[in-house]
Amino acid sequence: MSEIKYAKSKGLTDTPLTYCPGCAHGIIHKLVAESLVELGLLDKAIAIASVGCSVFSYQFFNCDAQQAPHGRACAEATGIKRVLPDNIVFTYQGDGDLASIGIAETIHAANRGENITVIFVNNAIYGMTGGQMAPTSLIGQKTTTSQDGRDFAHHGNPIHISEMFATIEGVAYLERVSVYDPKHVIQAKKAIKKAFQYQEEKRGFTMIEVISTCPVNWGMKPTDAMDWVKDKMLPVFPLGLFKDKGDQNA
Amino acid sequence: MAKVLMKGNEAIALAAIKGGVDAFYGYPITPQNEVPEYLSKHLIDAGKVFLQAESEVSAINMVYGAAGAGKRVMTSSSSPGIALKQEGISYIAAAELPCLIVSVMRGGPGLGGIQPSQADYYQATRGGGNGDYNLIVYAPESIQETIDTVKGAFDTADYYRNPVLVLVDGLIGQMMESVDFDRPTKKRDLKPKDWATTGTRNHPGRRNVANSLHLDPALLEQHNIHLQKKYKEIAENETQYEMINMENPDYVIVAYGTMARIARTAIEMLQEKGIKVGMIRPITIWPYPEKAFDAIPATTKGILCCELSMGQMLDDVLIANNGRHKVGFFGRAGGMVPDPEEIVDAIVNFTQRVVK
Repeated sequence: MSEIKYAKSKGLTDTPLTYCPGCAHGIIHKLVAESLVELGLLDKAIAIASVGCSVFSYQFFNCDAQQAPHGRACAEATGIKRVLPDNIVFTYQGDGDLASIGIAETIHAANRGENITVIFVNNAIYGMTGGQMAPTSLIGQKTTTSQDGRDFAHHGNPIHISEMFATIEGVAYLERVSVYDPKHVIQAKKAIKKAFQYQEEKRGFTMIEVISTCPVNWGMKPTDAMDWVKDKMLPVFPLGLFKDKGDQNA
Repeated sequence: MAKVLMKGNEAIALAAIKGGVDAFYGYPITPQNEVPEYLSKHLIDAGKVFLQAESEVSAINMVYGAAGAGKRVMTSSSSPGIALKQEGISYIAAAELPCLIVSVMRGGPGLGGIQPSQADYYQATRGGGNGDYNLIVYAPESIQETIDTVKGAFDTADYYRNPVLVLVDGLIGQMMESVDFDRPTKKRDLKPKDWATTGTRNHPGRRNVANSLHLDPALLEQHNIHLQKKYKEIAENETQYEMINMENPDYVIVAYGTMARIARTAIEMLQEKGIKVGMIRPITIWPYPEKAFDAIPATTKGILCCELSMGQMLDDVLIANNGRHKVGFFGRAGGMVPDPEEIVDAIVNFTQRVVK
């Protein structure tokens, strides 16, 4: 009799993912879903889908969900968590949603120490709308709205969300991870799981920034996109632990 | 509870508590600040949720979240602040979530002023947010009527799964009147909120989702048809208005809120002059009491729409009148609250407003 060694997480529905082939959203969805299942939190979780490629994530996570207006995920999460403090509330947001239009909502949720978890997927581009420049696009990066490459004098520098949020008192746990190879996928899973664990323990605001890919809008093969993360993005967005208040309180 | 003397904004806050509010999310703006100030103390003391958001935009999305979670939730603001909330209001209406929004109008456009105004009639009844949606909009004329409306608003919102907007102006917000908080509200048969996002452990086998996205055009149209059906039901059952002095009037005034109060005095003054004037006072401005206009006799010489704006409800008056009578307009803008004599003059010198 054969034994199932690997299966789709029960934390995901059977709805086919809408992401482009080779996009890392699928990996990150899996990590979030597995973490919630392993911690026994799935049936009290409420996911907040944002606007962008992950707009349909309310169909993918196998839990209750709300779909938020562009950038407002952390406000919506706050509204829920304040009235349902014992549920698990998390947002799943891209860099346009979180770091551009939704930066105020995100900063203030962090500053209030809202006991929510933010999964921040940074792939340095607007994917859903067709490859426009994001606040996290790299200097020199060509996009449909920076066709000669992002230029500091004109567009400013890529914004460093984790570095900024590390200064905020209300943040309990903040780590930047990536999923460009199996080793980093495993590390990312640990971080995501820890963030949910902290939320369950009511320690405050937790955010995991995941450096991810957009092969289609970057104009690359998926494997080259993974290399681009490692070679181009990580020097600008170095991985690591930015804050862990939990250890001090342990 | 005996009658108490209370300021309009504080009365709104206490009425919300009496109506069972679980959570308030808002942002400061004049002239409605006493609403959040009162609730910041009394709601938290009662073990409920009060949170001052970082912006109106954030506040309305907190409302969206809590409404989706099945709680009785509200926000309050004033004109430019309501403008900022329109995106969220459209989403809430689209996702069919119940909530209460209180708008204490001030003069506009832009930053305008902080004095009483009714220049947000369009904003309240014509959206401001995108798409075909309607709020149930009450426009009470006194603090007592505001209390009664706010107390019942959560039941109404829950019953129809639709946002309710209570629209007053800065005058009602800032003045004091003797009021009673114990008047009964309409009893409604409310179903459990089995659609709320409370975690699947509370409703095994079913995922609850609050959503306004329907990318398939056929499904989106279906959703819109469903919403329109609900709005029709609301229009049939919830339209409210008052008819005053409507037996063979020479003229009929149409006014709501503060302007209706001023018109009441003007009507008495006109009676002394031997001019018989009636009034249609819409209490809901969406749905609009179009049927009330059928009661205006053919002999009536004209309808005067009176507003603290340059003419917004006038559109609904023209639609409801449907060419039957001459329609005139009297309006003051941006906090210039008129004396009754000005309305008296407008009736005595009634002229049809030329519609371009």
